[in-house]
Amino acid sequence: MQLSRRQFFKVAAGGLTGSSLVAMGFSPTAALAEVRTFKLARTTETRNTCPYCSVGCGIIMYSLGDRAKNAHAEIIHIEGDPDHPVNRGTLCPKGAGLLDFVHSKNRLKYPEVREPGSKEWKRIGWDEAFGRIAKLMKEDRDANFVARNAEGVTVNRWLTTGFLAASASSNESGYITHKVVRSLGMLAFDNQARV
Amino acid sequence: MTNHWTDIKNADVILIMGGNAAEAHPCGFKWVTEAKAKNKARLVVVDPRFTRSAALADLYAPIRTGTDIAFLGGVIHYLITSNKVHLDYIKSYTDMSYLVKEEFAFADGFFSGYDAEKRKYDKSTWEYQIGEDGYVRTDPSLENPRCVWNLMKAHFSRYTPEVVENICGTPKDKFLQVAELLASTHTPDRVMTMLYALGWTQHSVGSQIIRTAAMVQLLLGNIGRAGGGVNALRGHSNIQGLTDLGLLSNLLPGYMTLPGEKETDYEQYIARRAPKPMRPGQLSYWQNYGKFHVSLMKAWYGAAATKENNWAFDYLPKLDKTYDVLQVFELMHQGKMNGYVAQGFNPLNSFPNKAKVGAALGKLKYLVIIDPLATETSEFWQNYGEFNDVDPAKIQTTVFRLPSTCFAEEDGAIINSGRWMQWHWKGAEPPGEAKSDPEIMAGIFLRLKEMYKKDGGAFPDPILNLTWAHKVPFEPSPEELAKEYNGKTLADQTDPKDPTKVLKKAGELLDGFAQLKDDGSTACGCWIFSGAWTEKGNMMARRDNADPYHNGQTLGWAFAWPANRRILYNRAAADPAGKPWDPKRKQVWWDAAGGKWVGSDVPDFKVDSAPEDGMGPFIMNPEGIARFFARNMMNEGPFPEHYEPFETPIGVNPMHRNNPKATSNPAARVFKGDMEAFGTAKEFPYAATTYRLTEHFHYWTKHVESNAIIQPEQFVEIGEALAAEKGIKAGDKVKVSSNRGYIKAVAVVTKRIKPLKVDGKTVHHVGIPLHWGFKGVAKNGFITNTLTPFVGDGNTQTPEFKSFLVNVEKA
Repeated sequence: MQLSRRQFFKVAAGGLTGSSLVAMGFSPTAALAEVRTFKLARTTETRNTCPYCSVGCGIIMYSLGDRAKNAHAEIIHIEGDPDHPVNRGTLCPKGAGLLDFVHSKNRLKYPEVREPGSKEWKRIGWDEAFGRIAKLMKEDRDANFVARNAEGVTVNRWLTTGFLAASASSNESGYITHKVVRSLGMLAFDNQARV
Repeated sequence: MTNHWTDIKNADVILIMGGNAAEAHPCGFKWVTEAKAKNKARLVVVDPRFTRSAALADLYAPIRTGTDIAFLGGVIHYLITSNKVHLDYIKSYTDMSYLVKEEFAFADGFFSGYDAEKRKYDKSTWEYQIGEDGYVRTDPSLENPRCVWNLMKAHFSRYTPEVVENICGTPKDKFLQVAELLASTHTPDRVMTMLYALGWTQHSVGSQIIRTAAMVQLLLGNIGRAGGGVNALRGHSNIQGLTDLGLLSNLLPGYMTLPGEKETDYEQYIARRAPKPMRPGQLSYWQNYGKFHVSLMKAWYGAAATKENNWAFDYLPKLDKTYDVLQVFELMHQGKMNGYVAQGFNPLNSFPNKAKVGAALGKLKYLVIIDPLATETSEFWQNYGEFNDVDPAKIQTTVFRLPSTCFAEEDGAIINSGRWMQWHWKGAEPPGEAKSDPEIMAGIFLRLKEMYKKDGGAFPDPILNLTWAHKVPFEPSPEELAKEYNGKTLADQTDPKDPTKVLKKAGELLDGFAQLKDDGSTACGCWIFSGAWTEKGNMMARRDNADPYHNGQTLGWAFAWPANRRILYNRAAADPAGKPWDPKRKQVWWDAAGGKWVGSDVPDFKVDSAPEDGMGPFIMNPEGIARFFARNMMNEGPFPEHYEPFETPIGVNPMHRNNPKATSNPAARVFKGDMEAFGTAKEFPYAATTYRLTEHFHYWTKHVESNAIIQPEQFVEIGEALAAEKGIKAGDKVKVSSNRGYIKAVAVVTKRIKPLKVDGKTVHHVGIPLHWGFKGVAKNGFITNTLTPFVGDGNTQTPEFKSFLVNVEKA
């Protein structure tokens, strides 16, 4: 006999206790485990690391879709990775809510611009965003780049635009960010280490 | 962390101070519980609040915020006077016998060389005596009054238990119980770990607090040992990695530093960073600086970096000063900056004095936000009533907001506090049109490059010559970038003993940083990460959690920098003869038969240097040992001294009552206008401290529904005594104000904060969680940093978020 989770609770609410269910020949734990299998059977597991604090807990993300190129993956469940030597499958109240971070309604979806004096955002395309930003940066750099200081020493620095790097982005993001920022001669450069 | 999370289980005593691991790092804290359960470890918590870490402690001592140096200085005094130091350890592994210059002095709250006008020291007297042989002079008999040991004893003789009680408000008997328990680890068979976080760093004397802690651990012989160390529990998931990669004003990857504008000579730039040993037979590993640096420049600039152009030395910007965030927002506030990019960072919430930060952003011509979430900073120009009372029409900044992926939507590595580089995999596509950070950086950079190529402009060379060997230039892949920071050979590497033998062919990935060269034949984007992705594959993706020695080192799990080493300075886990101090806690030891160092961890040492050679365990220091006397490396002095927070509830430094200039850190940088914005205890009588809740992460989880449900609304925590005094009941709305602004929040009246007796006065603390703002799915609230002072630590410029003054009244 197979019961879905909903059916099981219906049966239980009908006056049968767990023990009498067992006495009748089917175990509620088996029924529940069955439901759990159903829930995750169609998902793909992906290993990841919790992005919050610095413990670096291992997590397993369960997504719908089988990684086929034409299948749109959607993460439906996240839990601790039991093989991870530090967290051994556990997650804290922050990590346990990661699914709601991934799907937060405040996730940004499109490039936007807020023009001077305006009260609102305007959606733009990536091309326009990159083009306008690069133009503003170049104008500022060309106008304010300091090739030599007052003593005539080569200093090749650009001080009028600054860059704040993240605290949870990957090493690879950090590495390429540093490379780009220094090649432009920026010194007003910081990350979240201090705060 | 010198050690790592799992290693906490090896401790006999655990001190949590300047942090609250049970709430801020819950899954790491489980190793504290493990040590208590399996190792009979005792947990000590010292904190102004009775936190959830304190709730599980064997011993809790209250302390006034910002007085940790006095407390730990008192511990040093106790260890020295009761002779509870690990003498064999400190004799061999520290500078205790080194002689210091005769001119070095400390009087009236100042070390020698202070310039009150500039608020800076001339540090020339803070140095060792150098003998005729060119090495530091020492006196192993410790009789010379100028040896570090005697100077240190004299310096800390003032930190008696009575002084500790008077400054910290910690009852003397409590303090002595703590000191005694800490001291119990001075024997070779007992080890203590120290866990701290932003509760130590976010003070105007933060770096010196941590130095004092390190001195305690050295005196007890607890550095380099399993279950020991000084362990920074970093706040965010990859702030370790981003710091390692040098994303700070004055750094290059791998803790190399940018040249200053006075360093015009390349050879001199390298030589200064590659110090010769200061004692005979020492390794001074930074002597390899040139190899790390040239390999970096080859990784970044490829063929354009040549021996003839000093490996493109002119491509590097030269510093006139450090542009940390406080400096940058000061300049922005003065209208001297035009553009700013915030990548995954929310400065309006994260920096002190929100009014100043908001006004500064409004003076920019353009602001670019790259973030997965709609941050407050991205809408600093929008009116949110009392939470952000601005007029958009008056703000002329163009703001771009670019959506980026989050962790779940990308491959890559992040580094936990224990220096583990752990690879993760993408599980889904990002929402809408969001792009990864590397794609966004590529998008901006490649357009800039195109424009410089076409139209020319200011110094285009480094832009045009930056290496960009990506199969899809607009989508640099994490794999390509990881291989680039690991490093590779650019020419065949032959055996120095037999040049006909090719050890590594051109183009092969490096096995580690020992293979780096300063002749341009290797490229490596971050030397300390070398070994993370070798010809054998991605070492960061390894998942063998085997722990054959049962000491939690799991060398087959991920990759720990440097060189997959799990505990730093681990040579010090063995005695000078190379035998483990504690046979039950074996880490690395000298294998005489094999002629090498071996063990359960990767030895942090020259692997074939026999104990009788006398090489010290602290191989990165030119002395080969650890320093009690910091020489010229700290801005406020070679020994830590107690200074009051810039906003002090007692208005005086009890250590130096007659010198008002030594009330607060004499060498901390304070900008004009910010000094005037400090409040006094007369108007703002209560000591405030900000903190995090276990249900929330920084300013992110207010966007997360489940967290917003379990902790929906902004509150402040006040003790029952203060509440009674002010007629405030639990649940009342209160207004908390500092000299820079106010917030309104619900009052939580608690037994967890008790008034302290300090220098004859009663000091109340106010606890202010920091997680709210005007964007999110939680109830909107005020930005906590509306209240905090715009001053930083004297060395790192980390803002003083943990000690300032407020007033509290019913709203």
